[in-house]
Amino acid sequence: MILSRRSLLATTAAGASLPLFGHRARAQANTIKIGVMNDQSGPYRDTGGTSSVAAVQMAVEEFASKGFKVEVISADHQNKPDLGTQLASQWYDRDGVDVIMDVPTSSVGLAVAGVAKAKNKLHLNIGSASAELSNGACAPSVIHYIYDTYMLAKSTGGATVKSGGDSWFFITADYAFGKQLQADTSAMVLASGGKVAGSVAYPFPGTTDFSSFLLQAQASGAKVLGLANAGGDTVNSVKQAKEFGITIRIATMLMFITDVHALGLDVAQGLTLTESFYWDMNDKTRAFTKRFLPRSPNNYPNMIHAGNYSAALHFLKAVADMGLPAAKANGTAIADRMKAMPVADDAFQGSIRKDGRGMFPAYLFQVKKPSESKGKWDYYNQLQTTSAEDAYKPLSASTCSYIKA
Amino acid sequence: MFMILGYPAPLMFGQLLLGLINGAFFALLSLGLAVIFGMLNIVNFAHGALFMLGAFVAWGLLNFLGVNYWVALLLAPLIVGFFGVLLEKTLISRLYKLDHLYGLLLTFGLALVIEGLARNEFGSSGVPYPIPSQLQGAMNLGFMFMPIYRGWVVLASAIMCLITWLIIEKTSIGATLRAATENAPLVQAFGINVPRMITLTYAGGVALAAFAGVLAAPIYSVNPNMGANFIITVFAVVVIGGMGSILGSIVTGFGLGIIEGLTKVFYPQGSSVVIFVVMVIVLLVRPAGLFGKAA
Repeated sequence: MILSRRSLLATTAAGASLPLFGHRARAQANTIKIGVMNDQSGPYRDTGGTSSVAAVQMAVEEFASKGFKVEVISADHQNKPDLGTQLASQWYDRDGVDVIMDVPTSSVGLAVAGVAKAKNKLHLNIGSASAELSNGACAPSVIHYIYDTYMLAKSTGGATVKSGGDSWFFITADYAFGKQLQADTSAMVLASGGKVAGSVAYPFPGTTDFSSFLLQAQASGAKVLGLANAGGDTVNSVKQAKEFGITIRIATMLMFITDVHALGLDVAQGLTLTESFYWDMNDKTRAFTKRFLPRSPNNYPNMIHAGNYSAALHFLKAVADMGLPAAKANGTAIADRMKAMPVADDAFQGSIRKDGRGMFPAYLFQVKKPSESKGKWDYYNQLQTTSAEDAYKPLSASTCSYIKA
Repeated sequence: MFMILGYPAPLMFGQLLLGLINGAFFALLSLGLAVIFGMLNIVNFAHGALFMLGAFVAWGLLNFLGVNYWVALLLAPLIVGFFGVLLEKTLISRLYKLDHLYGLLLTFGLALVIEGLARNEFGSSGVPYPIPSQLQGAMNLGFMFMPIYRGWVVLASAIMCLITWLIIEKTSIGATLRAATENAPLVQAFGINVPRMITLTYAGGVALAAFAGVLAAPIYSVNPNMGANFIITVFAVVVIGGMGSILGSIVTGFGLGIIEGLTKVFYPQGSSVVIFVVMVIVLLVRPAGLFGKAA
């Protein structure tokens, strides 16, 4: 009995796989394949995850067919750089993936960018924060789309220093992203005449209790506590700071609307943060959100979700513009075409600089008081807008090598 | 200012107290594990998932039924404990005659399934759970600002640990239970329903995890990964204390909380590793753990 069931399974599997392989070989010539790689089960799941995949799918469906098919696949990189590298190689080499999108968690994002560079394949990074992606680790076929650590330091850090917060203590996630964010923010603080009183780096991932670090921050006498972390870590830090009556001002250097939702307005009220997208900003963003929500009912779009939509749409427009065969052949060529075209959709309007840096304004928001919030996910008051030229590191200071050639 | 090892004394006292608070969670979770391992010989890898379930049940009770924290503290362990009965009856009870590894694999699989389902339903960034109004605020202890809720956590865990220890070591039920683990057929011959007793023990261990989950809900982000973050550390605590030793897991839980807390001051990067360093040393010197009986 067992034997017959096994052989039945084997036959079915073999039968199913044969036409599948044949189909793939045939389909590839006329198909653009997008691979979305991100954290689908860990601390950054809600900031990107399946909602990012849904956003890319939405872009694909809204992009009117231009004579080629588009296929979207996705995978969970579990925040492991080795897994990300392996998946990226497999996707580019074996599975015929034309572009890898999203890839949050800077350690993994930098690894995947390295693979894309070596193979001259396109990588659109939306989820990672490290500004290295368009500096030391830049590549002609890599685009870093909607935000980076430099811009966060400039917007949130700059505004904090300007309003009197001139001495800082950092609580930092001990990996590529946290260190870069701390370095960029420290540089910003020092350049504005402030000082850094101290910092602690804690192990990532796996730290849940931040009270010890919070007390160290309190004891340091600094005026501002800079949280150089993200996702669930930021949520826990803020929650526990409130619990321990930490009186110094908190600067959440990277925070998304999804984190504010997890904290609740009672705890999150008054925090300032920077995003390059807010769903309730204007008619276009509201229209985008209305179309997006049925695909992601529990998660309103943050800048990463909206960025995935915009980047996918922009990429498909560029493919249609230069023709499928040319787009598939050369990662740098398609990236150059994307840089030559203006970005214009419901979520983002701007351009992409020659070093691969997406140029969109940065918005500084303050989280509303519970009494000010009129409805579901009505969380932000906009405080200021920093133009793309001011928000991002100028090309003159860039450490990206290929743009100087 | 008075200094200890180059650090201001108030900061050090604060860290000791924080270590004690985290130790309370370690103790409560490892206690449940030790009870289950000691009595059932099952390495319950689903413990972290059940801890998480306790927190989510409390959240659900509050948001859907308006049940407050205090009632949830009683009700959530009962609900999760009942779930434990189902698990034990349908799955775990089939593994008692097999090697430990099978129990470990099954419960690890269960943990992945439970956490996966929760992630599907609630996402990973978690849900907010407020501190009950009676325990809000903080006391100024002079050397630190002590949230009243954290004090309550230490108190509640200490009481719960004491009760569990008393039941197992000092009551006739506990005596029967211990006898049953030594020689089940003999105890059964006295007319005692051993399988039912085992089921209830598993449910009890699971209820302890859920109790810890409710205690944790107001201070940690209530999310599907909250148990996974704790469970590995807690296993180390159980191993250091001596597998299955009730007193060992309580003492080690509090002790390691303090060691971890101090590491966060001297070398924060090492705070996630220090417990395992201690584990390696203890296993080299005393392979059965600090309080374990040599086999």
